[in-house]
Amino acid sequence: MEEYIPLFLTKYNYWVYITLMMIGLWAMIAKNNLVKKIVGMNIFQTAIILFYVSIGAKYGATIPILQHGSGHGHEAAVHAADYINPLPHVLMLTAIVVSVATLGVALALVIKIHQRHRTLEEDEILEQLRES
Amino acid sequence: MIWQIDLAVLILVLICAVGALAVKDLMGAAILFGAYSFLMCILWAVMGAVDVAFTEASVGAGVSTVFFVAAVFRTSRRSKD
Repeated sequence: MEEYIPLFLTKYNYWVYITLMMIGLWAMIAKNNLVKKIVGMNIFQTAIILFYVSIGAKYGATIPILQHGSGHGHEAAVHAADYINPLPHVLMLTAIVVSVATLGVALALVIKIHQRHRTLEEDEILEQLRES
Repeated sequence: MIWQIDLAVLILVLICAVGALAVKDLMGAAILFGAYSFLMCILWAVMGAVDVAFTEASVGAGVSTVFFVAAVFRTSRRSKD
């Protein structure tokens, strides 16, 4: 058991990401208000983006911009360990923009639902649908 | 990456996420979600992903909060849970 304690402590960020992900999933399933469900969806998305960005992070590395211009021979070599991996950043940049687009569509649907049913609570909407 | 800043901001992010889902006023939930997005932006700047942090600060925290506030103004502000 004792050999697992450093594993838990050094990988603390992954435990926080999983906790955030589960908070978002719980809000999407269990919350009754539609706006709260959308907040939960956004928390879920940002937790996944955080996980992907943290894969590329390195201790003792700098941001992925070449510090010296192109040299000759031995100086031209770039040490990959000196720079953070930029591939997850580029992929997650797209995911952020997509998450804002889904947020806009979801809020537009919420406004239409409120115009028709005059409420945002899921159980009241279901009751109105059952009566009609 | 400085792990002290990372851990402190991660705890604040957790508090903001739980607060945004627990508060009964939907306007308060929108503002707490904006704070959550800005803390997430700090987290990415600590990890060295400055381009992602920049996009999150403008798009995630700015535009999302404006969308939420506009939607809450056009609908109702109260929530049962």
